[in-house]
Amino acid sequence: MTILLDVRDLAVDIPTEDGTVHAVQHVSFAVNEGEFFGVVGESGSGKSVMVQSIMGLVPGARTSGSVLFRDRDLLSLAPEQLRSVRGREISMIFQDPLSSLHPQYTVGWQIVEQIQAHEKVSTKAAKARAIDLLDRVRIPDAAARFDAYPHQFSGGMRQRVMIAMGLSLGPALIIADEPTTALDSTVQAQILDLLGEMRSEFGTTVLMISHDLGVLSRVADRVMVMYGGRRMELGAADAVLCGPAHPYTAGLLRSSSFNREPGTPLVPIGGRPPSLLAPPEGCAFRDRCPDAMSICGTKPPVRHYDDGTEVACWLESTPVEPDPPVLPPPSLLASPDDPIVKVDGLRLTFPQRRGEPRVVLDDISLEVRRGETLGLVGESGCGKTTLARAIAGLVAPTAGTVEFDGAPTGNLDRAQWRDLRRRVQLVFQDPFGSLNPRRRVGSIIGDPFRIHRLASGAERQAKVQELMELVGLNPEHYNRFPSQFSGGQRQRIGIARALALNPELVILDEPVSALDVSIQAQVLNLLDELQRRLGLTYLFISHDLAVVRHVCDRIAVMEGGRIVELGTADEVWNDPQQPFTRRLLAAAAPEIPREPRDRRLLPLSVAGAGQQPVSGHPADRHAADRIAVEVAS
Amino acid sequence: MSLMPKTPAAAARASTEVQARGSGRLTLTRLLRDPASIASMIAILLIIAFALCAPLIAAWTGHGPTEQFRETGLTPEGIPVGPNSEFLLGTDQLGRDVLVRLAYGAQVSLLVGVLASIVASVIGIAIGTISGFSGGVVDTVLSRTMDLVMSVPFLLCAIALVSVLGPSLSLSIAVIVFFSWTGLARVIRGQVLALRHREFVEAARSLGASRTSIMFRDILPNLVVPIIVYTTLMIPAAIVFEATLSFLGLGIVPPTPSWGNMLADAANGSLYLVAWWMVVVPGGALLALTLAFNLLGDGLRDALDPAAVSKGKRA
Repeated sequence: MTILLDVRDLAVDIPTEDGTVHAVQHVSFAVNEGEFFGVVGESGSGKSVMVQSIMGLVPGARTSGSVLFRDRDLLSLAPEQLRSVRGREISMIFQDPLSSLHPQYTVGWQIVEQIQAHEKVSTKAAKARAIDLLDRVRIPDAAARFDAYPHQFSGGMRQRVMIAMGLSLGPALIIADEPTTALDSTVQAQILDLLGEMRSEFGTTVLMISHDLGVLSRVADRVMVMYGGRRMELGAADAVLCGPAHPYTAGLLRSSSFNREPGTPLVPIGGRPPSLLAPPEGCAFRDRCPDAMSICGTKPPVRHYDDGTEVACWLESTPVEPDPPVLPPPSLLASPDDPIVKVDGLRLTFPQRRGEPRVVLDDISLEVRRGETLGLVGESGCGKTTLARAIAGLVAPTAGTVEFDGAPTGNLDRAQWRDLRRRVQLVFQDPFGSLNPRRRVGSIIGDPFRIHRLASGAERQAKVQELMELVGLNPEHYNRFPSQFSGGQRQRIGIARALALNPELVILDEPVSALDVSIQAQVLNLLDELQRRLGLTYLFISHDLAVVRHVCDRIAVMEGGRIVELGTADEVWNDPQQPFTRRLLAAAAPEIPREPRDRRLLPLSVAGAGQQPVSGHPADRHAADRIAVEVAS
Repeated sequence: MSLMPKTPAAAARASTEVQARGSGRLTLTRLLRDPASIASMIAILLIIAFALCAPLIAAWTGHGPTEQFRETGLTPEGIPVGPNSEFLLGTDQLGRDVLVRLAYGAQVSLLVGVLASIVASVIGIAIGTISGFSGGVVDTVLSRTMDLVMSVPFLLCAIALVSVLGPSLSLSIAVIVFFSWTGLARVIRGQVLALRHREFVEAARSLGASRTSIMFRDILPNLVVPIIVYTTLMIPAAIVFEATLSFLGLGIVPPTPSWGNMLADAANGSLYLVAWWMVVVPGGALLALTLAFNLLGDGLRDALDPAAVSKGKRA
């Protein structure tokens, strides 16, 4: 196997107003020809900046180290030369297929333009090639779709077009930056399969970035785990994911809901990632690591295992398994004959300017039992959010009734409507959009008290601080603005606001889908604990079947405005009745088996101690092996 | 060894401290990094000081703003004298001291500029917010009203009003306000329309907040940036409006000095051919003040919304 891309000691610094962000700190790795190389990390781990700086796409960044691609150092190429490499030899596929295609040109034209920018071919030949490519990425009726505009394609189709465009010049390397994150899970699976097929068909090497371990475990040959701008672990995908040697990788796997038994609490990684402005001197993960030792204050060496895994950690044994948090027993047990919400024949249509009114919800009947967590799964646009808003009384149904606690919510007067607002609360998906950026956190959480005139002045402040304590925020941060909190903390603020009035039903609209895996686990556990302590009923909306299975008692599967299947979590998961449910299940991330690895840690080479050896490179690995053998003998 | 905090909570606190600087201070730092903004702020402060010191200047020179010096301020032929030791910036056609009149004129310009823009932006904010937030018939009526006001010819309307009501300071402010609020109202309406569908407004609604509460607590604070920027940019426009009106004899009533009627005096009988300072002095002052406010407005916009700047530079 030959090495296609060889990154050595790459460091990227980005000057900003607050100081220099050390986005990537001395990362080395090598991508072999023809392999599927995955880079996994949470937001802020520097993975995107790293690949973008390889392509020279980060303005104002200061880079050091070297990036050898076919014996040329990409970092020292002139912009003009780099431009000819981009697209022709290395192409990129971005996360958002909505914004990476130009809305004013047809997709065919965009592919033709890409081909003609790099090669001298006639428009006719380029067009033939473009149609062939569209056909190969399984766009049905490619010749006819050639003249279609991006808005006429669905998200998954657009990502297929992006892949066709990426392949159009027969590049040696495709860099895919979270190519499936913006897509529904069934579409996500198709795109991953397509990327895999294209790799075998065109012999292209793929470097894919993802925050999702489940996605990478499905497709990657080798995986690199990044955290805080540094490389934590690198090795074959099954070795890294099934038998993680670094406590961070192990922690990530523990906090992924697809990887834990339903009902058992997740084990979150406490705390939050280090600031990239002032990276810690020693191990970046030290503050959150259950295995932290005093030596971790010094930069960890890169250790090699004899199966090729490389780990930047002082730990020589398998990372410990911390005990899952102990949760209080539930204060309310759900029973089938005590429904809190009863939806009967609910129908909702939106009038359209032309033609038939659009049916969003179609004859939905549903009961939410007091004290349970009911999951609502479905793909985007299936009407799950609209159903939740109809149950909350925020949109009026066209037909059918919604009863809350035995009373219909159809024709409420102002006072009754306000009263309903106290008993049903919502937590929104986007922790950035659902908090007013111009108001202080104290006044955001205190809003319910102000609106319902329940408390004011010092009393309100005391209640707000109590709530902040309850959801695990520091009450001293009362006077801060939402922008001064991280995503997970903001979601806690949203939860605190929803709990302020002691609601009976809390509607959670994708509460964790915008959060990192380790933070997701924190928030899911918090929700579980609050439900047990306060006797809440949850309506949990998500597109992620794994999360839903983990937290819900019953699951309702929605498709096209209808509920196609409803049953206990176990029934739906183990014995799906409907083809759509089976498709959803097939697309959900598989559980990664945890198996002990039979491997040996190579002794630390004498020269390598405490330094940053150049590694991730098979030649060096052999050198290290040799040293190891010499030391051992 | 490192001094990194040990607990996650301490780590969280440490990493938030980095960004815990107030937005006001950040804006000021960014503003002070832009030389054009600094220069314009200094220029505006100097002109304000100059206007405030008008009575002092009058006392120091011993010349009142409307006092005529036919002996010393005019040549025997009745031509104004140029800058000299007695009249630092020369005199006008009646032998009045241009420096003193300039200082009193600055008072008028600043008063009209600032007052008219503040009143206009209050009206613009109110109409824009109501229009954007209510939607439906109210929005249609208010939007068409804005279109109507924008399509009325400014000078014709001003001349008609003055000929009926007679020129005065308050009338010129009223005319300027009437013609300035529409721009801001449109911007605000657009912003409110966009903000209305944001999740935090939805969140407030789901908590049971009333419409007025949503409008004042949730939407208005998010409009502070465009309001500040637009009001700053409205000031120079209002100053030029006032000068235009006075130049045409429709604004400030002589002999009260204003930069506009000083320019009119210079143009009267082509006096500027022999007395260049009568044009250059008030014209230069007008240029400096409006330029300074425009540059400050631009600088403020960049400082308050740094994302827009970096995008612009990259493109």
